[in-house]
Amino acid sequence: MTDKRPQIIIIVIFLVGFVLLAKLFSIQVLDDSFTKKAERNAVQRIVDHPYRGLIYDRNGKLLVYNNPIFDLMVVPKEFALEDTTRFLEIFKIEKEELEERYEAARKYSWVKPSILKKQISTTDFAKIQDYLIDYPGLFITTRSVRSYPEPIGSHALGYIGEISGRALERDTTDYYKQGDYVGLSGMERYYESLLRGVKGAKYKMVNVRGIDKGPFKDGIYDTASVEGLNITSTLDMDLQKYGEMLMQGKTGSVVAIEPKTGEILSMISAPFYNPNDLTGADFGKNYQALNSLPTKPLFNRPIMAMYPPGSIFKIVQSLIGLQEGILFPETTFACNRSLVACHNHPSPVNLFGAIRNSCNPYYHQAFRRMINQEVSSNTYKDTEIGLTAWKEKVEKFGLGSALGMDMSGELGGSIPSSQYYDKVYGEGRWKYSTIYSLSIGQGELQVTPLQMANLAAIFANKGYYYTPHLIKAVNGDPDEIPAKFRERHNVGVDAKHFDLIQDAMAEAIYGTAARAVIDDIVLAGKTGTAQNPHGEDHSVFIAFAPKDDPKIAIAVYVENAGWGGRAAASTASLMIEKYLRGEVLREGLQEYVLAGDFIY
Amino acid sequence: MRQDIQVNRIDWVTILIYFALVFIGWFNIYAAVYDGQDAKSIFDLSINSGIQLVWIGTSVVLIILIMAADYRLFENLAIPLYLLFLVLLILTPFVGKEVNGQVLSIGVGSFRIQPGEFAKFATALALAKFMERPTFDLSKVKYQIRAFAILMVPVVLILLQPDTGTAMVYFSLLIMFYREGFPSKYYLLGIGMIAIVLLSLGIENNLYLAVAIGAICLFLILLGKRSWQKTIVFSLIGLGLIGITYSIDFVVSKLPSHQQNRIMVLFNPDIDPLGVGWNVTQSKIAIGSGGMFGKGYLQGTQTKFDFVPEQHTDFIFCTLGEEFGWFGSLVVISLFVALLVRIVIMAERQKNRFSRIYGYSVLSILMFHFMVNIAMTIGLFPVVGIPLPFLSYGGSSLWSFTVLLFIFIKMDASRASQLGRLS
Repeated sequence: MTDKRPQIIIIVIFLVGFVLLAKLFSIQVLDDSFTKKAERNAVQRIVDHPYRGLIYDRNGKLLVYNNPIFDLMVVPKEFALEDTTRFLEIFKIEKEELEERYEAARKYSWVKPSILKKQISTTDFAKIQDYLIDYPGLFITTRSVRSYPEPIGSHALGYIGEISGRALERDTTDYYKQGDYVGLSGMERYYESLLRGVKGAKYKMVNVRGIDKGPFKDGIYDTASVEGLNITSTLDMDLQKYGEMLMQGKTGSVVAIEPKTGEILSMISAPFYNPNDLTGADFGKNYQALNSLPTKPLFNRPIMAMYPPGSIFKIVQSLIGLQEGILFPETTFACNRSLVACHNHPSPVNLFGAIRNSCNPYYHQAFRRMINQEVSSNTYKDTEIGLTAWKEKVEKFGLGSALGMDMSGELGGSIPSSQYYDKVYGEGRWKYSTIYSLSIGQGELQVTPLQMANLAAIFANKGYYYTPHLIKAVNGDPDEIPAKFRERHNVGVDAKHFDLIQDAMAEAIYGTAARAVIDDIVLAGKTGTAQNPHGEDHSVFIAFAPKDDPKIAIAVYVENAGWGGRAAASTASLMIEKYLRGEVLREGLQEYVLAGDFIY
Repeated sequence: MRQDIQVNRIDWVTILIYFALVFIGWFNIYAAVYDGQDAKSIFDLSINSGIQLVWIGTSVVLIILIMAADYRLFENLAIPLYLLFLVLLILTPFVGKEVNGQVLSIGVGSFRIQPGEFAKFATALALAKFMERPTFDLSKVKYQIRAFAILMVPVVLILLQPDTGTAMVYFSLLIMFYREGFPSKYYLLGIGMIAIVLLSLGIENNLYLAVAIGAICLFLILLGKRSWQKTIVFSLIGLGLIGITYSIDFVVSKLPSHQQNRIMVLFNPDIDPLGVGWNVTQSKIAIGSGGMFGKGYLQGTQTKFDFVPEQHTDFIFCTLGEEFGWFGSLVVISLFVALLVRIVIMAERQKNRFSRIYGYSVLSILMFHFMVNIAMTIGLFPVVGIPLPFLSYGGSSLWSFTVLLFIFIKMDASRASQLGRLS
């Protein structure tokens, strides 16, 4: 009975060997997940964060640079606390925060480092440095935050911050990792890919305690980080600083453009904030505080606030009329105030007089001629055809849709279409009398301060513009800027029609904006008043100067400051002087603006 | 003293395999403790590979002593040695050194031995001595009880230390019992019960298992000739098995928590990869990352950087798997299979029952260690602290396996001088 048993035992021995080898074959050869796990275990990828590119102003002055900060890291496996109270004291960390961070670190990895405390200032770092040796499993890593020599240009420059979960999901290139910093607004966001540089990586081997065991495979997989590109912006630091001083305590926008290039010289959104507040350890706290302020300092007014263009739109109307042969310099209309209210001025007026006096009834009548050209015998149909043709011409002035500047979140304003009126009033149920307020820039028209400044540039250029932009050069090379900013846009109005307009604008300020007059600089401007149903009207002014060789075109909005001739015109004039002369001689006017009491 | 060794009767194949395994072990111990940034010589006595070489050297002395001794010595010493180690095992908890709650070793200063290790071959010798008698018949209950008594005394004493791993090794002698005629039905029953225990631990809902057992029993009852006795027997077996199914979770819950965890980790290593599952997870990563041909000698990262605990002792196989890949595993496993098969062949050619029984005991112990140790490193068996014979670092372990094996080689070499007492 037992004579077969030795053979059975031998079979069992072979079976055991076979089972072991089969299982080994499956985990060693067939399943390669262990190789990856082993690398994750023992090979640590140390990301070498590149230096983010710097941002300079148009004259080479530094606007944004990098400042080193320190993160406290923890390796849970090695970390042990004996005296918690003392630890909390030294490292200035709350007990709950410590527990929360440690738990998160433990969940992430037992042996790999995680952040325990973020962004320790240089002074705090100096204090804790000596204590680090008492705490195994703790060490410091260095990275840098953005800093600003002058606390200006916050909206234009933008800020950086930790990448959001949603942005990580959208990142198909898989470049970003949790905790990476990324431009979140302004130039920082738009030029993220230029500024960020290229991350490098070092692969080093670590043992179970996270201790460095030298480079992985002698560093053949290591890559060096590449510094971000430096950007020269079109901003003029001095002008920006001066403008922000003038806008201090006010609500509104300033956009100044070099007409010949579309370069934005200054861009102010008031109220503004100190860009240094949105860097470093206090980012979250300060952001919350700014975000909850009723004055909305984070709101980027020049590109996001929309107002009716008001009287300034009359210039656009005049130009379209001239180009279409509907208006001529000698075309006269009576200032018929039964049609629409007007100021006190001689009547009738020709086109020059209409611009100079900002005559509302003139444009009421002129606009009717543009809209109702009797193409159709049906008044309703005729109005619809007229409006559609007119809208197309207005859009050429960069209105009705975003200009496409180098900043995300730009809004386009609106020019109502016939479809819009069909929806509101019903098809064939609206005519000129329904839409006449468009003639004087009221009604459903909406433009942003940026578009308004661009209009000033168009008037200065006599019929063309370059898309306004904030980038002047990349690493000193002006050819590296996006090609779309070197594309000239013609508005479809011949240059000859602009002479009358420019003359009228130069003349107009003597009447409506006497404060804006500068003795030795010829300035062409136009006031506007954006009606505000919620309170005092907004003061609006656009201008360019010098009239014969425009170097600066500007739009200024001061909210709730009443008539355009006061707050906005004064601010614009001072900034023009500052830019062209380099200094401001009219101290009285400057004080008037700084006092900010424009209503009475 | 009469020279009874005939050199050409010594089984050189076995000795060759022995030294191959010992030196593979030695190289791997060096790899396990090797530190690329502070590389020391393999002979350096400040690292474990240097010390292991001392153990290898002393093992050679032991081998020479064993080969030079009279073959009858072991037979005569069987019972006294057994009693001696029983005394030592009893003394261990009182005079031994406590490490991690276990008292395993006794000795003076740095010279320490683990009686539990050496009691294995003493027990094997005692069983051989007891079972060689012509009247002995393992198919009879009377002798079964006596054989088990000899086996169980050291087991109980070792469990008191407590050292479950070593205690389990003694049950490997059931393989030897099998050769000596212990009835097959017990093995089938045992294997069946283990299978059911494993299944009921692995399967969430015990009802499925109970239904399956019931169905199989019913099938067996209806199959072939039907009788009352058969129906009753199978019904009782079926009910017993279903009872085990339902009680196993309860039994497991009564085990000490570390043993409970080791069992549960077997079914789901991910339950706690940083805690209980750490050893198995890291061990599998180390071996699994070796690939077909490994990362190269001294190039392993998992074992080298201490991710695998006990890598030079119980988890020495990880170093091999990582640095030499499946090919290295194949070589070592083949060597073990060859050694085990060789021992069976040698045992079968013995002229007396004493040598044969002892040979099968050696086989049983080596096979159990080999199977369980490697199985645990790749997650096929719960983690029990038993070394891989000849490869793992450690004096007690290497000496006891050497003595165990070479006593049998000595018996085999002297077989011509022995009286044919085979029954």
